[in-house]
Amino acid sequence: MSRLTIITADKKQLTMESLYKDLERRIAASPPGLCPVDLTCSFIKMCLAQSCGKCVPCRIGLNQLSQMFDAVLNGDATLETIEIIRTTAEGIYASADCAIGYEAARMVLKCLDGCMDDFLAHINEHRCTCNSDQPVPCVNLCPAEVDIPGYIALVKEKRYADAIRLIRKDNPMPTVCAFICEHPCENRCKRTMIDDPVNIRGLKRMAVDNAGIVPIPECAPKTGKKVAVLGGGPGGLSAAYYLSLMGHSVTIYEQRKKLGGMLHYGIPNYRLERKRLDQDIEAILSAGIEVHTEVSVGTDISLKEIKEQFDAVYISIGAHTDKKIGLENEEVANGVLSAVEMLRAIGDDEMPDYSGKKILVVGGGNVAMDVARSSMRLGAESVNIIYRRRKADMTALHTEIEGAEAEGCGVVELMAPKRIEMDENNNVTGLWVQPQMISTVKRGRPAPINASMEEQLIPCDKIIVAVGQGIESRAFEEFGVKITHGVIEALDSSEIKDHKGIFAGGDCVTGPATVIRAIAAGKVAAANIDEYLGYNHEITCDVEIPEAGFEDKVPCGRVELLERDAMERKKDFEPVELGMTCEEGCQEASRCLRCDHYGFGVFRGGRIEKW
Amino acid sequence: MVNVRINGKDIQVEEGTTILAAARMAGFDIPTLCYLKEINEIGACRVCVVEVEGEDRCVISCNNTVKEGMVVHTNSRKARQTRKTNVKLILSQHDYRCASCVRSGNCTLQTVANDLNISDMPYDIQPEHYDFDKTFPMIRESEKCIKCMRCVQVCDKVQKMHIWDVVNTGARTTINVSNGKKLTESDCTLCGQCITHCPVGALRERDDVGIALDALENDDLITVVQVAPAVRAAWGENFGLSKEFATANRLVGGLKKIGFDYVFDTVFSADLTIMEEGSELLKRLPEIKASKKPMFTSCCPGWVKFLKSQYPDMVTRLSTAKSPQQMFGAITKSYYAELLGVPPEKIFCISIMPCVSKKDECTWDGGKDVDVVLTTRELQRLFRAYYINPAALDEVPFDAPLGAGTGAGVIFGVTGGVMEAALRSAYYLVNNENPQPDAFKAVRGMDGWKEASFELAGQEVKVAVASGLSNTRKLIEAIRSGQVVYDFVEIMACPGGCINGGGQPIHEEGTHIQERANVLYGLDQHNNLRYSHENPEIIQCYKDYLGQPLSHKSHELLHVSYEAYEKYNI
Repeated sequence: MSRLTIITADKKQLTMESLYKDLERRIAASPPGLCPVDLTCSFIKMCLAQSCGKCVPCRIGLNQLSQMFDAVLNGDATLETIEIIRTTAEGIYASADCAIGYEAARMVLKCLDGCMDDFLAHINEHRCTCNSDQPVPCVNLCPAEVDIPGYIALVKEKRYADAIRLIRKDNPMPTVCAFICEHPCENRCKRTMIDDPVNIRGLKRMAVDNAGIVPIPECAPKTGKKVAVLGGGPGGLSAAYYLSLMGHSVTIYEQRKKLGGMLHYGIPNYRLERKRLDQDIEAILSAGIEVHTEVSVGTDISLKEIKEQFDAVYISIGAHTDKKIGLENEEVANGVLSAVEMLRAIGDDEMPDYSGKKILVVGGGNVAMDVARSSMRLGAESVNIIYRRRKADMTALHTEIEGAEAEGCGVVELMAPKRIEMDENNNVTGLWVQPQMISTVKRGRPAPINASMEEQLIPCDKIIVAVGQGIESRAFEEFGVKITHGVIEALDSSEIKDHKGIFAGGDCVTGPATVIRAIAAGKVAAANIDEYLGYNHEITCDVEIPEAGFEDKVPCGRVELLERDAMERKKDFEPVELGMTCEEGCQEASRCLRCDHYGFGVFRGGRIEKW
Repeated sequence: MVNVRINGKDIQVEEGTTILAAARMAGFDIPTLCYLKEINEIGACRVCVVEVEGEDRCVISCNNTVKEGMVVHTNSRKARQTRKTNVKLILSQHDYRCASCVRSGNCTLQTVANDLNISDMPYDIQPEHYDFDKTFPMIRESEKCIKCMRCVQVCDKVQKMHIWDVVNTGARTTINVSNGKKLTESDCTLCGQCITHCPVGALRERDDVGIALDALENDDLITVVQVAPAVRAAWGENFGLSKEFATANRLVGGLKKIGFDYVFDTVFSADLTIMEEGSELLKRLPEIKASKKPMFTSCCPGWVKFLKSQYPDMVTRLSTAKSPQQMFGAITKSYYAELLGVPPEKIFCISIMPCVSKKDECTWDGGKDVDVVLTTRELQRLFRAYYINPAALDEVPFDAPLGAGTGAGVIFGVTGGVMEAALRSAYYLVNNENPQPDAFKAVRGMDGWKEASFELAGQEVKVAVASGLSNTRKLIEAIRSGQVVYDFVEIMACPGGCINGGGQPIHEEGTHIQERANVLYGLDQHNNLRYSHENPEIIQCYKDYLGQPLSHKSHELLHVSYEAYEKYNI
């Protein structure tokens, strides 16, 4: 008998490890519309299987919870059952010896607190109606409900122009989204159950790169109704597009020189080429939209005047004012500027020269990455991104952080800005920062606290603040539009309470968000404005979708989009990302599981043909 | 064209053909359970699986189409075993005490299980239980439901009423009334299309045969039976009788054998309806023209329920004439009771209808006119229970004087028929001469929404006919939005009319609807009397009892007020 042996994984262990991975992916791909009671019940059963069985609360308590959940689901429970579930879970949480027990109980308590309506439906009505009317995960998660399986199938057949037509039914900015959409559609892609989510944005890119110029559908006969759209960003443009297709006369008022909003004045060219943005804008304007640029509502024209001249108004002014960090000297120091200021100048082709400059960027979102990477391209000697939490806590897309780092930007984690150091001419010379330590979770995120270390001075020539944006609401507030927490208060139908005929949506209602949410808001507004004007125009698309195949779905790697070499691309503002090859596109498209045809989608919600 | 090889046989089929259709063309049948062409192609039961060479997993044949060069095996070991396992799984949640099920012998699951030679069950049988109100005319037995979703789809797509929905998730997924309601609280019209599309016995009508037999055996009661037009077009189905043999008069023969005292024809009261409704149309025409709002027929209770729940503001556009079923009851318990010299309470009025909704209609007035309604299917079960051999029945005439009917009254059972019959008599009432009997045949046919216009009393009368509630909703919306203007509109809740009613014999598929229509149009064609106003018993009835259409007596017996519609718990 040896005193010690080398432990090697046996077949059983390897199999279990592989099953754990399968389960991880399966949970990541959980479809929309599941019953929280049913799912938590099965979680409890899994937790019970993890229990070693030593301690009473876990061994017996979880088993009792599992049976009570079954009773709820079977319609055999009463309101008293809920109380017993709660007391039992609280007891397990308070007394289980290890995390297997008390964390299981915490999940149960969380479910009770968050999903009581579902418990009550099971108890009082002996049923729940959790099955989603939109069971296709990508469509469900796309704010604009774009027919994703449909256009992927078209890309697979190389019918790129048809793919664009289909996308435009719900989203008139396919090119923009092909480059910079945050693709929530990929988050719960059912393909993840097999290997990885389909690269949906990459396939959209495939379509826009190969479709050529695709004419838009014909507009409906003129209704004689006039709609004003305030703000020519993605939301305003989308609303204007659909309203024009419906036959209304639309006028866009845009404060700046160019249309596009943050797409033009926020997103740098290397992420979204201006000429590609213009392709979408030109297509939208071909619906016959009148545009007035460099008109500011409140200064050049009042909302009251607009209201009088038009039958309906859509406010989509976005969120273009900058937020301050709130440091001493922030306003007076030369060399402190906001991300919005910097990117806006670039948008108007006023390129600053950062040659030899040391740049500090404050913030951890996508905008912080945009200004950091732009600074690099403007010739900065060094660029460092200061963030008070960890890199892992940054809200920027993972790929954006990686891109910035690859291009030579430094990420200085766990440093909280304290004071601005200036010379006698008030020029910035550095930023004092307080080292942080990551600590307990607050409001769902690990929060930093001051570490027991000395403040440090980071020398620099410029500080660019990218800590969020707000909205310029004065003109609207004066008119009587209600502003709450710094944003316009609008209903989920885009209507503004007590202001008939005025609608609002996008960043100015939600606060800074994503382009696809602005587009979706524009779509919703268009539908409800049409309805308000007394019409029921339908937006449809006559593209026939290829049938789903029934080939076996063997595991296959996801094709990722390549990027230009970091050392090369950081020298210019030309696009960073490269498209897929035809071969890659076809393979990637055939990874789609066609949830519009397979599963619940064939029964309900698989295809929304009109809205 | 696409080349495929099925079970070794090479065939060419059109692109887009399903594997199922291609296999059937090649002469190989594949069992199906949930599949309903164009209505439910969702592949829920996984019974129609086949093996396709080159694919590891089986492919379902009902909603996948053929591909060039594909090689299919419908009966490979994998296909057979998979199919059999799935049917056994379905059976494990199905109460298969077939001996006490109304669908035994006409059940798709039973047939498939028998065909697949399933004789042992490895699983525990755990049917789902749900308490359902068994007093309602339609009953759902969740113990038998196989969650094929056909009822949901028929109600959603054909009738657009969305009464049924999928509820719960995972293993507890089932069917129930949408929006958390009970069926009695829902807008269900009781059209019964979900029943006739259910592959098993999960949905059925309430069986009222016992009530009829109690009356039959009660010496104090006189049983009077009426037989609706559409029943004669279908009652012989499932008995293996030809349409030529299974006549209305043989049906009378069967009912007489059972012992009912009098057997009359609802066609008589259909003719009566025409007299009243046709006269009403002419009377209301100036108002109809002025308001540009039509008069609607009122003989279909599913439609009346639909209108009351979906467009209550339009109820006043209904004709006030009662339906033939209710007119028959009213006349039987007044005019006929007088003829017999008995008090009306002694008469027990039984209807044989192709319809589940009629079971509800007869209660609207508290059951004054008609006492019990049996569907065509209940009639068939009654015959079987009495061991009546339908193939040996003699033809027996209907009793008089409520037994004579015209061809106009017979076609009440098919979409467009009420309209055609009404126009024939309206023409006469205006011009004092008959039109050609087929002058109004433009309203025939199985289209869901038909329109025509005719000249009547020197003016154009625009009519429309719709059947199926989805078509009906479209038509009503078009009327409301001003897209169309009609003077007279006939609606039947079931697609194709009563011949395809929710109480008719059930067939998995086939051409029975057109065949039933042909029976009724044939009876019209060959009837000596083709105008309701020429029915001698109708003439007699007016002469001796009612006076004339829309008389005070008629109103009292044969019409309802809109207040009554309001009051009725429809």
